[in-house]
Amino acid sequence: MAHLSLTNVGKTYGGSAQPAVADVNIEIRDGEFIVLVGPSGCGKSTLLRMVAGLETITEGEIRIGERLVNKLDPAERDIAMVFQNYALYPHMSVRDNMAYGLKNRGERKAVIEERVAEAARMLELRPYLDRKPRALSGGQRQRVAMGRAIVRQPSAFLFDEPLSNLDAKLRVSMRMEIRKLQKRLGTTSLYVTHDQLEAMTLADRLVVLNGGRVEQIGAPLEVYRAPASTFVASFIGAPAMSLLDAHVENGQVMLEGHALAPVAHAAGPVTLGLRAEDLRLTSGGVPMRVDHVEELGAQRIVHGTVGDQALAIIDTSEALLPETVHLGVAPSRVHLFDARTGRRIETATQPVAVPAE
Amino acid sequence: MTDTPLSLAEADSTLFARLRRWWSGETATPVKRVQFDRPLTPWMFLLPQLAVVAIFFYWPSVQAVTSSFYLEDPFGFGATFVGLDNYTEALTSRGYMSTAAFTAFFCVVVTALSLGLGLLLAVKADKVIRGAETYKTLLISVYAIAPPVAGLIGMMFFDMHMGPFTQIAAWFGHDLRVGIDYWDTATALIVISVWKQIPYNFIFFLSGLQSVPVSVREAALIDAKSGWRRFCDITLPLLAPTAFFLLVINITYTMFDTFPIIDVIVKDKPANNPMTLVYKVYLDGFKGNDIGGSSAQSVILMVVVALLTVLQFRFLERRVHYG
Amino acid sequence: MQKIKPLDHLILILGALFLCVPVVMALMSSTHAAIDIHSNGLYITPGSHGAETYTKVLTSRGGFTGDVTGLLMLTNSMIMGLGFAVGKIVLSMMAAYALVYFRFRFATLIFWAIFATLLLPLEVRIMPSYQVMSELHLLNTYTGLIVPLLASATGTFFFRQFFRSVPDELLEAARIDGAGPVKFFIDVLVPLSRTMMSAIFIIMFIYGWNQYLWPLLMTTDESFFTLMRGIKSILQVWVGSQIPDYNEAFALAVLAMVPPVAVVVIFQRMFIKGLTESDK
Repeated sequence: MAHLSLTNVGKTYGGSAQPAVADVNIEIRDGEFIVLVGPSGCGKSTLLRMVAGLETITEGEIRIGERLVNKLDPAERDIAMVFQNYALYPHMSVRDNMAYGLKNRGERKAVIEERVAEAARMLELRPYLDRKPRALSGGQRQRVAMGRAIVRQPSAFLFDEPLSNLDAKLRVSMRMEIRKLQKRLGTTSLYVTHDQLEAMTLADRLVVLNGGRVEQIGAPLEVYRAPASTFVASFIGAPAMSLLDAHVENGQVMLEGHALAPVAHAAGPVTLGLRAEDLRLTSGGVPMRVDHVEELGAQRIVHGTVGDQALAIIDTSEALLPETVHLGVAPSRVHLFDARTGRRIETATQPVAVPAE
Repeated sequence: MTDTPLSLAEADSTLFARLRRWWSGETATPVKRVQFDRPLTPWMFLLPQLAVVAIFFYWPSVQAVTSSFYLEDPFGFGATFVGLDNYTEALTSRGYMSTAAFTAFFCVVVTALSLGLGLLLAVKADKVIRGAETYKTLLISVYAIAPPVAGLIGMMFFDMHMGPFTQIAAWFGHDLRVGIDYWDTATALIVISVWKQIPYNFIFFLSGLQSVPVSVREAALIDAKSGWRRFCDITLPLLAPTAFFLLVINITYTMFDTFPIIDVIVKDKPANNPMTLVYKVYLDGFKGNDIGGSSAQSVILMVVVALLTVLQFRFLERRVHYG
Repeated sequence: MQKIKPLDHLILILGALFLCVPVVMALMSSTHAAIDIHSNGLYITPGSHGAETYTKVLTSRGGFTGDVTGLLMLTNSMIMGLGFAVGKIVLSMMAAYALVYFRFRFATLIFWAIFATLLLPLEVRIMPSYQVMSELHLLNTYTGLIVPLLASATGTFFFRQFFRSVPDELLEAARIDGAGPVKFFIDVLVPLSRTMMSAIFIIMFIYGWNQYLWPLLMTTDESFFTLMRGIKSILQVWVGSQIPDYNEAFALAVLAMVPPVAVVVIFQRMFIKGLTESDK
């Protein structure tokens, strides 16, 4: 167990001008579960592989515990990794798959046996120890991959989209299992996913990456409540936050000429962010033309346009909707972003408690 | 890098440009995401193969090229540099040209027949259900028979005293004289070579046919009523890559692998018998002791084969990439 | 599904007959006396002289080649087939491993140096190859028979393709598990290639067993004769004899074709897989 620190870490591939990863600074506490999340190609896997030692580090420093590991071989970094396609050795039994790393380290036979037995018990793999991976189901293979990581008793677990190859139902249950297991073992973990839901549910803290750079680091709810940029705003949360061109006039956010909510910000154009779940149908307010409605059972998502800008609202009523509805929002739930840079604008009203409507 | 603009890539479709692209494709895309970075270990693994290649491939190949420019004294008293004489002599001699003509004819006929028959049998074997495995085994088993053995068995069948084919020809009033009459010998060579090659083509065509997805077959069944239409419109285009690959392989086969068949049938006695260019290289070199001339012929053949193989190699890469 | 048409079966039966009847007739005729074959032609039914003919061909020195028994030639063919197959697999697996799994200087150059051997079959450089062998004093040796044939990249090409299809993560997992290059090769890659190795083995065994031109040139000493070389000899003796030993020639042909044909028939599935995936 150890803390992990990444200082100014960057990676540029030979022959490429654009860095794949740039200027990443993360301090990971001992036992913390960190999720790296972002769209494909954002550099999250590259970053993880740099920590693992599978990619060279061209910039900055990575420390595991107090050790600088930049130049160390993967096997010497005291980490364990779980791969998306499991990467089990197909010709070895489950037992040998788990034991292989320990054998190579020259661990004593008794120790190996004990650790494999312990991991098998924890993961309920005992009946399968002598089977080959090909005789196992996807979920069981995933468990073996976890087992292989556990027996090493490493300083850190590295997960590279470990649930992507599983079907939706299994993914949810494995997600919980991983989290429980990690809590129990208390091992520092770095987990890569492109699935924001997985990221939200697993993480102690999220690291949102975009184009090789860190957009935001924070606890899931922090990131959800106060996304640092339009990118984070649209990536975290489902349905995605609607981002609209608006401007501020006389302390009010104006959307297509209608006042939406009071804000403390200088007049001028802004990007307005509205979450579907924060919007309410009201009798007055901004008019929205209804385009279509997705019924989800417990609620429905109403898609429409204000002017020519698309917007979505979550509505829990079952009443028939008119062609045009009016919407309103609590001022504290209004997100403003710089129209040019896309960075979040902190406004004075936001920390204030929700005023009565 | 590999990313040439599309217009440029389409513009130069000369062989050279294509070669260059495969070349760069080969080097620019890393084979593996992660590789070992050790200076010496790879050489340790490469050493045996490199040694064998250097000694038994490059050394003789270089010698073939150099000695093609020399006239060797038949009694072994040194060699004189003669420039391109060996080449001009080979290319202008009547014997060489007629051998080249026969080789071309032989290639076309054997390739066409063995590909056609192989395809026919594969299509039928793919269709039947009852007895499919038996047919397959019977049709494939001959593949393993060595060309000289095929030649020997063929020779018996064309034997002037008791060969069944000779007897059949006699019924039709033809006196089949294999080994003596030019075209009779050619017929025997063709029959034996085709016989030997059918299983190879059969195996590839059958596995090509069986890799056509069931859904495509079913879609074809719905879209086209006549079996012949289905074959022409669906099956044949899907088999085209296999067929092209086999075409190159079959040409190479008739040029080189038929050597033992010719040797068994012709038995070192060129007299008035047909032969291929490769057999002539062997005869002139080993029996005629014309090392320079034989080497020049070798080099000419090398160029022809190299071109063929480049075609094939490029094709292999593509086949492997796209499935 | 489609209807079964009698025509399909007819074509298949004719094809099978065309391919197999000559083989069956060779087998049957080998069990008849030479004089009977000479006067009656080839047989499609078994005769009574089989044991006698095969005993003679396998054990008698004087048979047809003067100094060598069929058994010795059979052994030599076996050495040639096995030696070639094993050598090919070992050499090409190692070379392919280096080419796929290592980053090193001149890798591209080496790749092309090895794969250029696919361009030129042995037949076109047969003369100089012979000269090189005689300079190295390798004529009439097993090394001379087998090793030069290994100088072609077919196997390397195949294993390279196979290694490329092995998931990258396997190497990464192995590296995290602390396996170095040699350990990864032996512990993971070789066991993983078992099926492919068997398929390649079958094809290469047949290829080695069936070699004709090379043994013809490389061996003048009869104790190194293979069955293929024996066929050449039997034909040379043929000329000038009153009644050629048809039966013995057929017996020799049968001996020469039984092992490879048996291998193909028994391991049919694996053989087809190896053949069609390695593309020769």
